[in-house]
Amino acid sequence: MDKGTYRVKTGFAEMFKGGVIMDVTTADQACIAEEAGAVAVMALERVPADIRAQGGVARMADPVRIKEIQAAVSIPVMAKARIGHFAEARILEALGVDFVDESEVLTPADPFYHIDKWAFKIPFVCGCRDLGEAARRIAEGAAMIRTKGEAGTGNVIEAVRHMRLLNDQIRRLTGMSKAELVTYGKEIGAPAEVLELIQAEGRLPVVNFAAGGIATPADAALMRLLGCDGVFVGSGIFKSADPEKRAQAIVMACTHYDDPKVLAEVSAGLGEAMPGIPIETIPDQELMQHR
Amino acid sequence: MTIGVLAVQGDVREHLRTLAHLGVAGHLVLRPEHLVGLDGIILPGGESTAMWRLMTRAGLASPLRESLVAGLPAFGTCAGIILLSREITNWPETFFGVLDIAVERNATGRQVDSFEGSVAANGLGEVPAVFIRAPLVRRMGPQVEVLALLGDAPVLVREGNVLAASFHPELTGDARVHELFVQICEKGER
Repeated sequence: MDKGTYRVKTGFAEMFKGGVIMDVTTADQACIAEEAGAVAVMALERVPADIRAQGGVARMADPVRIKEIQAAVSIPVMAKARIGHFAEARILEALGVDFVDESEVLTPADPFYHIDKWAFKIPFVCGCRDLGEAARRIAEGAAMIRTKGEAGTGNVIEAVRHMRLLNDQIRRLTGMSKAELVTYGKEIGAPAEVLELIQAEGRLPVVNFAAGGIATPADAALMRLLGCDGVFVGSGIFKSADPEKRAQAIVMACTHYDDPKVLAEVSAGLGEAMPGIPIETIPDQELMQHR
Repeated sequence: MTIGVLAVQGDVREHLRTLAHLGVAGHLVLRPEHLVGLDGIILPGGESTAMWRLMTRAGLASPLRESLVAGLPAFGTCAGIILLSREITNWPETFFGVLDIAVERNATGRQVDSFEGSVAANGLGEVPAVFIRAPLVRRMGPQVEVLALLGDAPVLVREGNVLAASFHPELTGDARVHELFVQICEKGER
């Protein structure tokens, strides 16, 4: 029996499909997420909206916080490590965290490299804005991908942008000859071996969720209609007026994304959504997606 | 042959792919009307709590339970075995309760302890098996037949029309366990 194989990692990610993964900062929030039907929770010190507002360096959460959340729920617990910070990732593995998000929401730790994810027994999810980024992360051993969007904004436009770009590029790739594929790989900075896999399947070879700016049931449905396998909701739930109700509604919307009647029902009377930020008002150097 | 795959959440695509390999078309089950005309249903891997909440809110849990009690053949993998079992040793709820076993959720530990290998299954030979935060059977009734063991723990069991695995045959590309289920559906001991 072999632990931590790539199939064990990517297979685990397959189990999340159709589901919602929610950011939580306390055990109480984790229980609300589980009861609402989340397929996993992301244990964090601060949600992205607060990281954005407060500034400073954002790091891996305190192990005490992570353990409290692990003790409170039976569903998988994920946690974030800084980009390139493999020491944080090793700590998270030692804590028994089920999945590591190597995340642009935290302040990057390595200006050159991402984490070598093959070196770990636990799986990693990484963000991408386009096919090149997705393929590089997969080459580094990511077992799951999420489009980045722009975290903490409550504004879905960047999530849509990244999903659209990814879809367009995969469509173009499927029609390419081998020679075209290699040159295309060079253009977008993607390893040819990974592109071949994507070309053969007509989709990423790992599960792809959407993230960054999803705040309503309709946002979740939109991302599913664009082809993602599920959604991460960061600040959108616990920065809203009625987190319990909104969490349940987003879970329902993620499953019944193609059923506008259900969407109409679950979207009704949710109270105020989180306050949103127009992307053009954010200075370029403060955009998390460029990390 | 019409086999449904519960599609509220989980690794639905892998089950559909395995059924297609056997020449059987799978039908997505999201709403009560999707239960009509099924010869069997697969409860896939995923999160059992999330799947149950989604089924309850969609009005699917009660009619599906009625179908199962009436003898609709069912095959559950991982979360699916939890949904089918009569008792969960470390969780306050029970779900469909149509399989006379007690399971422990996440019995193999957290993801860092998840593993793959193979198990010897009665009548099927050695089948590849992926165990992910897997539930294990801790007790079972006299009518339940053990088809495969992992150490002392039953990991593939059958009681009449109900087949259940702790592991994920759908992740391996090997269709033998699904083939057994298709045979159970064909016999239609309803």
